[in-house]
Amino acid sequence: MRTRLVTVLLALITAILVIPGPVASADEQGGEALHGRILNPDNRDQGVEGIVITVYGGEDEIGAAETDSDGMWEVELPEPGTYRVVVDQESVPSEFVVREGLIVDGETEVEVEADDRRPLIVALERQGASDDTTASPSEEETRDQDSGAGDEEAFQPTTGGGSSFGDRFVQLSAAGLLFGLVIAVSAIGLSLIFGTTKLINFAHGDMVTFGAMMALVFSSGAVGLGNSLLAIFAGLAGAVLIGGLLESRLSRPVLIVAQWASIVGGIALATVLGLMGEAVGWQVPLWVAAALAVVMGAVLGASMERYVWRPLRHRNVALIQMFIVSIGLALVLRHVVLVLFGAGRSRYAGFQIQDLVRFGPVSMAPRDLVIMAVAVVVLVGVACLLQFTRIGKAMRAVSDNRDLAESSGIDVDRVTLYVWGLGGGLAALGGVLYGLNQVVEYEMGFRLLLLMFAAVILGGLGTAYGAMVGGLAVGLVAMLSTLWFPSQLMQAWALALMILMLLVRPQGLLGRRERVG
Amino acid sequence: MDIISILAESTRSALGPIAAIYALAAIGLNFHFGYTGLLNFGQVGFMLMGAYGVGVSVAVFELPLLVGFGVGLLCAFVMALLLGIPTLRLRADYLAITTIATAEVLRLVYRAGFAEPLTGGVYGLQNLSAGFREINPFDAGARYGFGPLAYNGNHLWVLVVTWSLVLLMVGLTWMLMHSPWGRVIKGIREDEDAVRSLGKNVFAYKMQVLVLGGLIGALAGGMLAVYQASIQPDQFRPQVTFFLWVILLLGGAGRVFGPVLGAMAFWFLMTFTDGVLRGMGSLGWLPFLSGPDFGAIQLAFVGVLLVLLIVFRPQGLIGDRKEMLINVK
Repeated sequence: MRTRLVTVLLALITAILVIPGPVASADEQGGEALHGRILNPDNRDQGVEGIVITVYGGEDEIGAAETDSDGMWEVELPEPGTYRVVVDQESVPSEFVVREGLIVDGETEVEVEADDRRPLIVALERQGASDDTTASPSEEETRDQDSGAGDEEAFQPTTGGGSSFGDRFVQLSAAGLLFGLVIAVSAIGLSLIFGTTKLINFAHGDMVTFGAMMALVFSSGAVGLGNSLLAIFAGLAGAVLIGGLLESRLSRPVLIVAQWASIVGGIALATVLGLMGEAVGWQVPLWVAAALAVVMGAVLGASMERYVWRPLRHRNVALIQMFIVSIGLALVLRHVVLVLFGAGRSRYAGFQIQDLVRFGPVSMAPRDLVIMAVAVVVLVGVACLLQFTRIGKAMRAVSDNRDLAESSGIDVDRVTLYVWGLGGGLAALGGVLYGLNQVVEYEMGFRLLLLMFAAVILGGLGTAYGAMVGGLAVGLVAMLSTLWFPSQLMQAWALALMILMLLVRPQGLLGRRERVG
Repeated sequence: MDIISILAESTRSALGPIAAIYALAAIGLNFHFGYTGLLNFGQVGFMLMGAYGVGVSVAVFELPLLVGFGVGLLCAFVMALLLGIPTLRLRADYLAITTIATAEVLRLVYRAGFAEPLTGGVYGLQNLSAGFREINPFDAGARYGFGPLAYNGNHLWVLVVTWSLVLLMVGLTWMLMHSPWGRVIKGIREDEDAVRSLGKNVFAYKMQVLVLGGLIGALAGGMLAVYQASIQPDQFRPQVTFFLWVILLLGGAGRVFGPVLGAMAFWFLMTFTDGVLRGMGSLGWLPFLSGPDFGAIQLAFVGVLLVLLIVFRPQGLIGDRKEMLINVK
């Protein structure tokens, strides 16, 4: 192997050396340039369009650029040197001004060296923001929330600056309860999967995103893409069902052929539907779309278990390697979603502007009440499932001790399949609830993943009830921390709570005391 | 689509400063995972510490560059201690979760509005490499090299320094791993309880490794700041850590030259797929996709690569399969 490798490297080096001159110019990155991105100070994930930037060398105009819809601009320069950059104040939207600092009166000088594609930062701020930054800190705080910190504006109470501490405390507790319920719904699957397979599923966050995206697609009018996805998942579901239900009745070759036929059939149907495109457009209300998304999430989880994790387990792949595989799957899933649906942020239509309902000191939008009701019903349902049904008892048994469960006659592989299905479905539901409260975008799940981890560790890795308790605690802590601290640190406090728990009681609130080190 | 020029460009990036910086950070990760079996999914957090140590010292407090590196390394040291104390006594998966979470929280804190006077918030910091370029022995305007492998003076200087650091760290790895200390470390990876029963303080050894690997990661972050002359917090997304894992597994974990080879191969592949995708796009073979999608496809490709590597060749290019059969207990 190593000799082959060296040969390849040598061949490559030789090839590079003998490539004649013209190639050298073909691969040039193209000399000097200035570029940058102008961001909206209210929402730093969005650019500001239409700002004109002109570059002068001495007295001559070298080039000008206008920011595109993402706020990006670029000016090519002829040679290294010192340039004067002018931001056209007229083209800046009237509610913003260019922040003074590096740039004075919209002008600055930059030195560009050879082959340097230099970024230039042009920061905007709200008109008059520099005058009264201290005057209204609470207002400043809500405005500064960017999506990276979790975009929690929907959770922010709509009380004015004059409300008392008690009112804000109650209001934030309600918001925290809501957030906690959403986290709990999403995190149960993570905890159960860890319990049954000892695998930390880093792809769980992206299963959440997947659910939210699917509900968005179907509720906003599924065209070719939605139909195709539905067909593919129907094929996968068929294959998993055939594999799960008929395993003992059919011979192995027939089983494999039947599964492949189902998958290929699904893909063929997807292609046909994709070609027909918008001709078969349809639209369902959000609750139907959510149900569809939950089913698809369950299929996604079950087929991941059936076609990725079970073969890997049977190959005796070590657990560390499995973590890494789950990170790989997360990357694939997230970026496939990104390619299919784009990086835009969208909301479920029709639920955004609602009159608040007041209960004493707490006021909430009706959609938030629905979210809480759904979450509570689902959590109680899952608890009943785990406590009273056969399969639920089997899940807890496998979670407790896999080998013991297997030796007492439980079909562990099948239970694991159900756990993945349940986890996937709950993750998708959590995504829909989270998206309903906030926005749907391709990274929402990954951001929630860290809080889910905190919830699961807090409650005790591997226990379903622990995930519920931990989720509520994490949601409350995150929200209540904004009473005293900047809201960007919400996640940090939740994670600090997790680390504290690791120091004091590593097995978590509901975990059984065992050696974990 | 000119396949030769894509290959040339890929080779250029395989030898370029970015590959060297990633090799450096991956060497740190190799200490953690390759030799000790620590699941550090937050190496990018150490890089962020190094980069902002340089950035804040140079751009805000106008201190010399070396002081900046010192500050960065000190921050990484403290961070490693804070991370290690609660988690290193626990099972490996706790460390995985805590590190990925810490790295992401650090990024959020550094880009938050209230930190803006110090870190520049989402805009980051700039004008960081003047001090480094002052001591540049090469002529900044001239081009060095031959054929497609030509770099300008400033980049060549970064290149030379970073690859020298890589070689230095490779040497350090080799020496440490052939010392009694290294044998204990590898013993911890193989069987922690056995080492403990020999009377070694496993926790202390793990902590030393976490600190050492973290410092190397911070060094890589500092070089990144110097190379780019500007840093933004959003560069330090968790993807960077995942790239480092691919690099380590591609090259071969637990091998002295694994990260170096992995970094070269990884950046070669990245530039190559990018060139091929763009070439196919400009030929009109990919009708459904537009410019930004190529980046996403590339990242999905990284994911697929990670999965395939683990399933079919867990030891990477030059690893030893037996050494990679370690397990978490």
